[in-house]
Amino acid sequence: MIATLRDPKRLRAKLRQWSRDPNMVVYGVLFVAAVIFPPLASFATGTSTLTGLAADAGVWVLLAIGLNVVVGFAGLLDLGYAAFFAIGAYTYALLASAQLRSSPLHQAVHLPFWVLLFLAMFVAASAGAILGAPTLRLRGDYLAIVTLGFGEIVPRVFRNDPGHWTGGINAIGGIDQPTIPVCLDGPWSQGDDFKLQFGAVNCSFSLSDPTAYYVLMVILIIACVILVTNLQISRLGRAWAAVREDEVAAAAMGVNTRNIKLLAFGIGAAFSGFGGAYYGAKLSLVSPDNFDFTVSITVLVMVVLGGMGNIPGVILGALAVYFLEFKFLTDLPRNAAALANQVGLQGLLAPNAATSWPGLEDFVGRLNFLVLGLILVLMMLLRPQGILPSRVRAQELKAEGAADDTVFDARAGQT
Amino acid sequence: MSGLLAILWVIYLGAEDPAGLIATLVIGITDGAMFALVALGYTMVYGIIELINFAHGDVFTLGGFLGLPLLGLFGITSGTKFAWVYVPILVFVFVLVMGLNGLVNITIERVAYRPLRNAPRLAPLITAIGMSFILEGAMYLWRGPVSLRFPNLLPDTVASRFTSPAGHFGLNSGSTAAPLIDIGVKDVAVVISTVVLVILLSVFINRTKLGKAMRATAQDRDAAQLMGIDINRTISATFFIGAALAGAGGMIWALYFNSIRFDLGFTTGLIAFTAAVLGGIGNIEGAALGGLLIGIIRALNERYLSASWSDVVIFGILIMVLVFRPTGLLGMRVPEK
Repeated sequence: MIATLRDPKRLRAKLRQWSRDPNMVVYGVLFVAAVIFPPLASFATGTSTLTGLAADAGVWVLLAIGLNVVVGFAGLLDLGYAAFFAIGAYTYALLASAQLRSSPLHQAVHLPFWVLLFLAMFVAASAGAILGAPTLRLRGDYLAIVTLGFGEIVPRVFRNDPGHWTGGINAIGGIDQPTIPVCLDGPWSQGDDFKLQFGAVNCSFSLSDPTAYYVLMVILIIACVILVTNLQISRLGRAWAAVREDEVAAAAMGVNTRNIKLLAFGIGAAFSGFGGAYYGAKLSLVSPDNFDFTVSITVLVMVVLGGMGNIPGVILGALAVYFLEFKFLTDLPRNAAALANQVGLQGLLAPNAATSWPGLEDFVGRLNFLVLGLILVLMMLLRPQGILPSRVRAQELKAEGAADDTVFDARAGQT
Repeated sequence: MSGLLAILWVIYLGAEDPAGLIATLVIGITDGAMFALVALGYTMVYGIIELINFAHGDVFTLGGFLGLPLLGLFGITSGTKFAWVYVPILVFVFVLVMGLNGLVNITIERVAYRPLRNAPRLAPLITAIGMSFILEGAMYLWRGPVSLRFPNLLPDTVASRFTSPAGHFGLNSGSTAAPLIDIGVKDVAVVISTVVLVILLSVFINRTKLGKAMRATAQDRDAAQLMGIDINRTISATFFIGAALAGAGGMIWALYFNSIRFDLGFTTGLIAFTAAVLGGIGNIEGAALGGLLIGIIRALNERYLSASWSDVVIFGILIMVLVFRPTGLLGMRVPEK
């Protein structure tokens, strides 16, 4: 690598090679966009709201990268992915807030964010392994249903609050913000002088200024992308591809299919837990309503839209769906109303009881279910490989007729 | 083993408070009948093309959503009460809703599932989830997030009345008067209409030519095709019948509870799917039995444990059955390839 960089000829050749690879181009564009986005957004709008939104989008990118390991690499359909997200978020919320004081423990716990980030990851991965161990021998569609059931059970348990641990519908609020030991004050923060700050009090992330969260998220995503890319080209990644394409053949070649699938499931869950801990800190509030089935489906839509099995594609898909769901469709009612006002269709704005017309704003606000559904159906029918497909996966999905239904048949050990 | 324990527990509950148990069982059987109607559609579709038709729960809701304006055409509004003149109208609307629902489901199959019949298994499942969201989204767009009020067209009269000797019944515990348990005409009507539909279905499947074609297609699609069976027509018919039953279920549900909401189908669909799996997916009698059992389990849980846990219990059962006995109680009639 270093030798390549030193030699200008080889470097040029390498760059040319990268510029022909759409994945590398996407990575490059994304990285540049990630760096220039916060100053650009705050310059254009005068606030850091957009940066905060981008940091939230990062959570979904993490989730999509994680689900891509399960669905894209190993070919297991997980419809309860939000459960692991919830487990991660609750792990952080319980161990970094005053919540446990009102629990049977009677003692609040405040562990640092950096420890909990990994603890949440570990807890979620364990939950994935515990759910996966007995269920991964099921066929693909049965597995989907089991995970769906699990995904429905987990938020309900948090909501029903057995033993008064989780706060139930009251949610957990007042969650600690991450702190770093050393930080540098400067014009970018409130103090205008360059000053090295020490200690948790001075260097705490603040909810009012999401830039620190944004930077943290970008770092987390970069780390995860490197990790997952290495996993994909490793022995394990090849084993996942083998299992996905033909489980019987993979087993015959000496792949331990059960462990391989369990690893995919656990690693996928780990990313979700990771994202969950970050999400709890960023929002400072964890409520059981934030983890319903729509979350699992939204992440699935991101993966399917972006291109199953291709990491930059999945990141693009996550960003596109996030923008669509949380910015475009959220603003659409207001924009539609403004447009109606301008073109002289004010009559549409008011609700009309006789024709049960709810008013334009309300009507447009109801679109999001339909949009998610349409994306799923149209993508699967017209471009099942996604907007930025993985080359292998595109071949697989295109090979009509040749693809027999054993591709996702994971029924080893079943009668 | 666990089944035995459950039965012992029910007997114990019955000895403790017979009236309460009877009331609970009535609720359970009535609910169970409705779940069974939905479960039949899941099981038929799975039996024939091995697809978990995710959109089926929403097709069920659609039945109620279509029924309301159709009843409105006959001047029946949400305030209308039972009268004998409405009975033929109701029957007519039922048939109409079943037909329309069937056509919707045939369209769904034609558009979203048929092009993917030879694709990897995951593909049609994802489109099915998408179709479910589309249906739910369409109903949401149409009627919004509110519960629709449905006319109370079934008589509220009491068919049979029990008195409880034990004298502690739910919230009235401690009151001196012997509480009464009523079985309404409503409950009886729900159960009877379900039984009629299930009998019609089983006659259709076992006695008619198309039913025979369905069984053949479920057993071996290629062989059935070689025998001259029109596979596409048979599969369409299956979707039609499944949706018709679900539509009837949706109407019955709406008439019984007098309200319906666009997202009813998600949870109800999952519960019905659990029923189908519990009975043995692909097995018609299994779906009916599973529906009944799930209804009773749910009612027992709501009365003796806690209503907020009932979904957790049902989905727990779903996971347990899939893990330990994926063939369900009655087993699959269609052997796995």
